Amino acid sequence: MLIATRQTEGRVIIDVSGDIDLAHSPVMRKALLGEIKEKKTPKVLLNLRNVRYIDSSGIASLVEGLKASRDIGSRMILYGLSPAVREVMELSRLQRIFEIYDNEEQALAT
Amino acid sequence: MRREIWSFDSQVSTPKTPNKTGAGSASERSETLLRLHLESNPEALCLVRATLQRAAEILQFQEHDTRAIVRSVDEALANVIRHAYGGQKGQPIVVSCNRLRKGEKPEDPVGLEIILADSGEALDPGKLKSRSLQEIRPGGLGLHFIKESMDVVEFSRKEGQNFLRLVKYPTPSKAEKNEKGD
Repeated sequence: MLIATRQTEGRVIIDVSGDIDLAHSPVMRKALLGEIKEKKTPKVLLNLRNVRYIDSSGIASLVEGLKASRDIGSRMILYGLSPAVREVMELSRLQRIFEIYDNEEQALAT
Repeated sequence: MRREIWSFDSQVSTPKTPNKTGAGSASERSETLLRLHLESNPEALCLVRATLQRAAEILQFQEHDTRAIVRSVDEALANVIRHAYGGQKGQPIVVSCNRLRKGEKPEDPVGLEIILADSGEALDPGKLKSRSLQEIRPGGLGLHFIKESMDVVEFSRKEGQNFLRLVKYPTPSKAEKNEKGD
């Protein structure tokens, strides 16, 4: 799994690619919580376009990030979910609690 | 009658599978396709996923079913690593994949049976329940994913080992459902 962070128009985008599983979800969690809890970035976008697989530990990291963002009044946005990732979101019944957009353009426009 | 398919290596550190799992019905016959001897290590999970994905594709499972199989085995292995072995690396896990025939006729459904065996801590039966999804909190979703994804999920503990038996039958395509008038 690879993670890269970039800034655009005052927002931070975290590009994740590969598989988010038990071995790699701690890396994503650290990047996410670093932006939200430590840097207190007001708007964090998570680009999941190149994520092929996500497991329950990855979903748990996303929930943790969302809770942290709510705690400080910031926003965490997901976009570019593949059918496989969307399926896991639906299984966990969590898709309704996240802000999810189809692509970066839509996510940045909000 | 169910075939005796269990012939695990007799290495001391390798989980053995008993001659009878007590699982499956008398009309089901299983045939070993693949047996993976792993060490508990999260880095190995991607290799197991790739192997199972290809196996399910070769067995002509649809994409949705293939993802369900891969997801369930991945979550089950993650649970073994985290809970049965407490995150300790290098502990033995055996994953057996069997073709499962339900009935004697060629047209009877053919499923995939996967059995995980480990020598870790005994599972607490109280923790084998899916948690409420109304509760928004991290964690506790793995078992829910497994139960939602597979047709059969059975746990057992024998001779100091944990066994998890998972079975998936192919979901009928829309055309097949229409033929049957479902």
